[in-house]
Parts: sequence; structure tokens; C-alpha cells
Amino acid sequence: MQPSPGDVVLDAQNLHKTFRGGRGQAGRTRVSAVDGINLTLAAGESLGIVGESGCGKTTLARMLVGLDRPDTGTIMVHGRDIAHARGGDLRELRRRVQMVFQDPYTSLDPRMTVLELIGEPLVVHRLMPNAAARRDRVAELLALVGLAPELMNRYPHQFSGGQRQRIGIARALALEPEVLVCDEPVSALDVSVQAQVVNLLRDLQKRMNIAMVFIAHDLSVVRHVADRTAVMYLGRLAEVGETDTVYDQPAHPYTQALLSASPVVDRANRGRMANRIPLAGDPPSPTDPPAGCRFHTRCRLSKDLCGREQPQLLAIGGDANRVAACHFADESLADARERAEAA
Amino acid sequence: MDHSPSPALNVRGLSVTFGTRQGPVPAVVDVDLDVAPGELVALLGESGSGKSVTARAVMGLSTGNASVTAEQIRLGDTDLLALPESEHRKLRGARMSLVFQDALSALNPVLSIGDQIGELFRTHRGMSRRQARAEAVNLLGQVGIPAPTRRVNDYPHQFSGGMRQRILIAMAIALRPELIIADEPTTALDVTVQAQILELLDSLRRELNMAVLLITHDLGVVSEVADRILVMYAGRIVESGTADDLLSRPGHPYTQALLRSVPQADTRGQELYAIPGSPPSPANQPSGCPFHPRCTWAVDECKTTRPLLTLLAGGRAAACHRTEEVLDAAVTG
Repeated sequence: MQPSPGDVVLDAQNLHKTFRGGRGQAGRTRVSAVDGINLTLAAGESLGIVGESGCGKTTLARMLVGLDRPDTGTIMVHGRDIAHARGGDLRELRRRVQMVFQDPYTSLDPRMTVLELIGEPLVVHRLMPNAAARRDRVAELLALVGLAPELMNRYPHQFSGGQRQRIGIARALALEPEVLVCDEPVSALDVSVQAQVVNLLRDLQKRMNIAMVFIAHDLSVVRHVADRTAVMYLGRLAEVGETDTVYDQPAHPYTQALLSASPVVDRANRGRMANRIPLAGDPPSPTDPPAGCRFHTRCRLSKDLCGREQPQLLAIGGDANRVAACHFADESLADARERAEAA
Repeated sequence: MDHSPSPALNVRGLSVTFGTRQGPVPAVVDVDLDVAPGELVALLGESGSGKSVTARAVMGLSTGNASVTAEQIRLGDTDLLALPESEHRKLRGARMSLVFQDALSALNPVLSIGDQIGELFRTHRGMSRRQARAEAVNLLGQVGIPAPTRRVNDYPHQFSGGMRQRILIAMAIALRPELIIADEPTTALDVTVQAQILELLDSLRRELNMAVLLITHDLGVVSEVADRILVMYAGRIVESGTADDLLSRPGHPYTQALLRSVPQADTRGQELYAIPGSPPSPANQPSGCPFHPRCTWAVDECKTTRPLLTLLAGGRAAACHRTEEVLDAAVTG
């Protein structure tokens, strides 16, 4: 059953995840990795998630595919909750949400052939007990990701990084998922190979109407791929909106700082980075996140209120598709416009 | 190709070959490279292109199975090739220094930061422990570490990734070297921290008139900070020129393809230009031009004859049989 475009295929509400860390000065430390995240994903849509290391991107991804269980919150797929499913139910739901991992050098078992690697999900889910049929299906999947089917008896080490990532993608597609969660799918690849994999993912997504969560720290790649973009900071969403809106008129001070610091290949705009919006200090430790708005310790617009009260994700400028968690989002937006005009 | 009467670094004909069980593997072949005082030159290339091997050869830090040959490696007026290892060692840190990519493994985890920075002053300048400690505090302040007097006693694991990279830069500039080689100094860092580190490098080379050789694969970084660019592919320099020329009007198909494959704001939603195939391994290079199997400009000549790095107008150079056409295409396209 293929969902039609516009249907919600994944609905995560109020996700929280805290890890227990090593012993600190006051007993065990607790790392609040994801703190109250809501996300919905429509069929065929691509959602980009950006944020710095340690902001909880990967934890979020792992919860969406059912590799980690959230402490609280629900992840609804087809009206059932992955976060609380067990046994056969969980397996059924996992089939619909698959993951492409970051590092194609460590995420493929070096002792399995490509046939075994791509066929494994089919075996686990008992979808294709017949070995000959499975072989045909693997050949089909290899062709889909642009690899020659004759290569299926080779081992991962015989492939280049880009080819291995194609194998990882074929493996994720073997179960015909509705949602593909890609955690930094191109950051381990050579620059000249990244574009191949980005194009492949987009092409597959369009052709197969798969919804995609695309996590990356490279802002320009996310801009290229994502229909909507979510910005994370220390376990919370700072801003979510249409990609063009978020990149062209960022409303959250963190989004503004992040975008202004990311280098762009454009010699005419050289010095753009020198005029970037400065971020005070280093990112705070997630073991001891600041009270109120988690960004207030580094924010240029911070006021007393920000240290006391956590801002909610609210619509900006009457656009319901565009939300930001900032008490002073309107001021911030106006300030950013002024800066853009001055520059 | 001299850009200044006395370049801080002057390399001619550098080749590095590794001896392996499969036979000799040429990692770097016939590289020429100049960096003037106060200039920031970017060595751009992908993994395996030989850029880090070049850096290590210049520093005299090549591994045992590497054989380094060159017509000339000069640091200022010192001929590094003629120098015995003991003398070479005295230059490292004092007159040239290397900033590594991975700050956590480049720092000693069981020595405090103060001791590690201080060691430079004690070894090279013969300072007392107390003097060295004071210098270390100074340096930490200079690279923007808050509360340096307190932090000087901390150990590497107590610093964040960006701070550790700053500490490495502090150690690299400690003795006011003429040349800093920064090997992917920001690759492991977040963009906001990367911007700070690049700014720091940029201001230090201006204030202290240091020559900086920045090794990177990131076109965005290069576009932001470089004065001149050398593009490496399969162990050779395939194009060189000022950053303005090279980024706006590439003369080698590889540079051109790299620039086209970067996602830009105005290409959103379109297919990215993808370079077919993957970079060749140094042990198994194609005949003729090493880029020809991936090149859209390739003609029969490219399969058999390797193009030489040829000087073009405006002090730039490119190694391609069809450079003129590539340049024209950049203007009209």
C-alpha cells in the first residue's frame, strides 16, 4: 500500500531522551540529548535536520528508526507507536522506516558479500525465503542504485567509498520503506563523489515517493536536498520551516549565526564570514544545559526572560509552516534584515 | 612562478614514493610550491591526492618507508635538503610548524597544556619552567582561550574541540615561525567554530606576517581565506593560480567539475553536477592524464599523453591539453 502524497507517514510527538553518563561531581551525570521534539513527515517529503555536533541529531535519527527508545513521547507510523512497539509489531514498523548510516566503511560487515548484505533485511523479515528470488531482487536493487548486478558476489573492501554508500542505500531500500532516515550520508565521502550520492538519494526519493529525513552538518547540502529544514540546538528544535524561508530569512538567532558562519564558494562574497553574527563562548555541555532558552548563553539578543522561560515553537509572521522557538523572533528577524541591507 | 623576491617556502620538484610490498607507490610527483611571507596558499585536494604527504615531506616528517626527492626545498634562505636531521629538528617548531587535523591525538593527554606549550620555549629557547609557563599563558590569551591563567594547568580532555585546535595553533605560532602548515585544521569542527579558527589563522598571518600553507578539501573554506590555490589530483599539481582567477574561471576540468558539483543556492532542486567514478588510488593510476577517465573534456590524446603543468597568462598554470577551451567555456558558460 503506497501512501499518497500529503499523507503523514511519520508523526513524532514530544520526544525526550536522556542518557546516563559517567560519574560526575554530584553522582551520575545525565545527558539530555533530545528534549521535547515534535516532527511530522509527509509522504514523499524531504526534511533536513541541521545542527552542530552534540545537538542530538543522531539520537533523534536512531529513535525514528527504532534503534533507541525515547524516554517519553510517541513516534506514530501507520497509526502505531514505534516507541512502544514490541516483537513482531516492532519488526513490521521498522520495515517501513529504514536508515542510511554515515560511515560506509564501518556500517557494512566486511565478511559478507554484497548479495548477503543487501539480502539480509529480506531474510530477517522473511519476505523472500527463496534464494533465487532474493538474488533477482538484489540484482534489481543494485541496478536501482547504479551498481552493476555482477558485483553482488564481491565484498565491501572491493568497493570505493561512494560505491559502498550505494550498497548501504540499496540495503535500506530492500524493504521498500516509506521513510528513509539518512544520518550524514555523504560526509565520509570524497568531495568529488558526494554529488553522485546526493543526486541518487534525491532521484530515488522522487521516483519511489519515499519520505526522507536528511541529517547533515553541511548546510549547503541540506539546502540542496530538503523541502523543509529543521534546526536543532542542544536537543531542542530552534526553527522549522520551508528550506528557502529558513535559509533566506532565518528567524532564530541561532539559525542566523549558523548560516552566517558557513563558508560559501563565492569569491564575490568574500569577507562574509568576517561579518558573521558572532556566537559568544562555546556550546554548553548537554549534561548541564542552561535554564530557559538553551541558546540564551550565546545569543546576541538575550534578555532576562530568556534565562527564565523556555520559548515555545510558535508560528512566525502568520505562516503556520514556519515556527521558531525564540521569545524575540520578530526582533531577531528585523535585526537580520537590517544586517543584510547594511552588508 | 616567483611571486616575491624571497618566498618563505620554496619547493621545486618534490616527489615522495612509498615502498610497499606491492612495489613503489608514487604519492607525490614533481610538486613545485611557493609561499610568500604573509601569504595564505591553499593546497586543495581529495583524500589520497598527496596533499598531506607533501606537507610532511616539507616538514621532514615523512615515515620510514617514504623516499623523498626534490630539486630544492628552501625555508627562507635555508636549504632544507642539505640539512642534517638534527639541524632540521631544530627548525621544526621554531621556523616552521605544522597544525594537525585531529587535535585530540596531536596533544599529549597526560601533560597539562601549559607544560606542552612551555616545552617549546624550554627546548628551543632554553627558558626556565616559570618563564615558559608565563609565555604559555600569553599565547593562550592570544588565540582566544578565556581565563588563560587558570586554564594553563588543564589537560587536553578538559577542552572542547575548537579550544584544542586553538591550542595547537598556539603551539604552532609560539616561536613566531616563518611558515605554518595547517593540515585540515577545521575539518573535525562545527561551522561556527571553524569560522573562528579560520579568522584566527587569517589575523595571525597578517599581524605576524607568517606564510600559511592551508591543506584542505573544502572549497568553501578556500574561497573564504585563500590568496592563491594549488589544486592536487593523483599526486600532482594540476592547476595553480590566484584564488580569484581560479574560482571564477577554472582552467582545469577537475577544478571546474569540483566547483560545479558544490551545491549552490541558485541550483536548489536541480540535479547536481556529479563527477563520474572516484579518485584513482596512487598505486593504480590511469595512463596519460590521471583525470581522463572522469573528464568530460577528454580526447584521445588525454589517454596516452600526460599534459604538463603549463604557464598561462596572469601567472596561473594548468595541466590540461584543452585548457584554453576550458577557460573560454568558463567565460561564456
